Amino acid sequence: MESRSHWRAFALPGVVWLGLFVVVPAYAVLAMAMGRVNFLLQPVPAWNPFGWNPGYVSKAFSGALPGGEYWPAVRNTLVYVSVALALCFAVGYPVAYYVARHARRTKGLLIMLLVIPFWVSYLLRMLAWIGLLSSDGYVNQLLQTVGITHPPNWLNGNPYSVILALVYGYIPYFILPVFAGIDRIDRSQIEAARDLGATPWEAFLRVTLPLSRPSIIAGAALVVLPMFGDYYTNDLISASPHTNMLGNEINLFVQGGPQVNLGASLVLVLMAILAVGMAYYVYVTARDARRFA
Amino acid sequence: MTVTGIGARELATPAAPAGPEPVRRRRLLPAVLRNPWGRPRFLVLTTWVYIAWALLPVGIAMLFSFNSGRSRSVWQGFSLRWWWTDPSFSVFHDPDYTHALVHSLELAALDMLIATPLGVLLALGLARWRGRGSGAANGLMLVPLVTPEIVMAVSLLVVFTQLAIVPFALIHLGTGAQVVGQVTFSLSYVVVIVRSRLASIGPEYEEAARDLGATPIAALRLVLLPLLLPAILASMLIVFALSIDDFVVTQYMSSNASTTTIPMFLYANARGGTTTPALNALATILVVTTLIGIGVAYLIYTALGRRASTGEVSALRDLSGLETA
Repeated sequence: MESRSHWRAFALPGVVWLGLFVVVPAYAVLAMAMGRVNFLLQPVPAWNPFGWNPGYVSKAFSGALPGGEYWPAVRNTLVYVSVALALCFAVGYPVAYYVARHARRTKGLLIMLLVIPFWVSYLLRMLAWIGLLSSDGYVNQLLQTVGITHPPNWLNGNPYSVILALVYGYIPYFILPVFAGIDRIDRSQIEAARDLGATPWEAFLRVTLPLSRPSIIAGAALVVLPMFGDYYTNDLISASPHTNMLGNEINLFVQGGPQVNLGASLVLVLMAILAVGMAYYVYVTARDARRFA
Repeated sequence: MTVTGIGARELATPAAPAGPEPVRRRRLLPAVLRNPWGRPRFLVLTTWVYIAWALLPVGIAMLFSFNSGRSRSVWQGFSLRWWWTDPSFSVFHDPDYTHALVHSLELAALDMLIATPLGVLLALGLARWRGRGSGAANGLMLVPLVTPEIVMAVSLLVVFTQLAIVPFALIHLGTGAQVVGQVTFSLSYVVVIVRSRLASIGPEYEEAARDLGATPIAALRLVLLPLLLPAILASMLIVFALSIDDFVVTQYMSSNASTTTIPMFLYANARGGTTTPALNALATILVVTTLIGIGVAYLIYTALGRRASTGEVSALRDLSGLETA
């Protein structure tokens, strides 16, 4: 081939774009975290690594440890995300399994119904629950008809509502990859297990579940990553500092006041937490690839 | 079957002369255990309850846009008041609402027009370019897909407010920065869609074209682009849907009330006690627009994809014409 280089030329505009608006901004956050405030108390980034001021970063990282100033937000994030992920699995896996394995005539319809929430605006889906959970909403009306005269206050700092909203918001991102994963499993492998004497339950535990594990991990990554950076679900459903997550702290410092340096440092904390998760993800997928190769 | 195990499958499908005795025995076994390919009622129930839970709240919220009262949680009767008949507070008459609607559509159109060509070129380049830097470029393309949006939003905000060099100094918070932010995250989706289509087309048609004497550019224009068309159109509509639904980046990149989009407007007013069901009407418009876009993308993709088998032939016929020309 005489003209290999024209493919590089094709990629160039896109690569330049990503360099300008992904790589440079990533460095800018680091520079801002390592920056200072000027005499007008305005945040100034330190572009030159020799002029870095580690004060904000160490404040953010030490504050994120148990007992620190930001620990409640970090703890809330870890607890809400873990519980929401567990619920996504508990609800999402049976649904994905049923649609992939058992639905026959209704399969097309079911897939469509599973895809629709994907494309319904996240904000509308939260708006829907604000209406349902408000003090005179349908949820409380229902609770009162079954005799609960003092229904809980759902929309002011209630962590259960926040977790419910997170599950509601992100579960479609879990179900679709898991569905695709189970759908791909060759039925003859399950039949082989059954023919060799496995009960249906054993066949599920020892064939279907392990084979769908890569897709479970992919689905988990898809819901966990945005949940870690979420602040709007909390703002809409709780609107109380009591249930603040890490995303809320970042949003407060960056958009709410002059403490952008600290906000940028908390972004680094968030990325550090995610890096641990990503390392585990890479490790597990590499191991699975080796095992199933 | 010569397997000497339990033979559960034989159990599941009893032999033809089944008297009343085996029928009764079969009923004693739980449905799931008896036949793993049968209808497991627990799973059926879970699935339909989940789907009702996922869709009913949205349906109810959309229905409330037709409420005749001001409440967004208590039904007071049907009216078109918040859609049209209220001369100053309905969604199409209140300037705050119409402005958010227009600005959302504006951003979606700009995002679509910039991200699609950029993404298609990047997909072609990344799929074919082998050599120094291609691995890094591939990794870079995936970064926006795995970064939480708030990280991207904060980093772009720092760049646009602090970096006084070209090109950043030329882009100001507001429409300009909003378009840049949206293009940055939608680019990767275009690349992923177009690349998967490229992989399924394979290199054969292009090679055939080259063998018949087409230049690389002619092969690209006459063979590959027509084959990629369904993927390109589908990714355009997906970019449109991503843009119109986006909240975080769009909000961080906004300047003032004039650059408010529908999701931003929903966020700012969702909890306000004074907000009327016109807000639900606005959200309904957003969702219906998105779903129509996605539906059209799906139809285009399947219809043109099905035609691709004949399209490939016609692409080759075009090429023989090229040869005689």
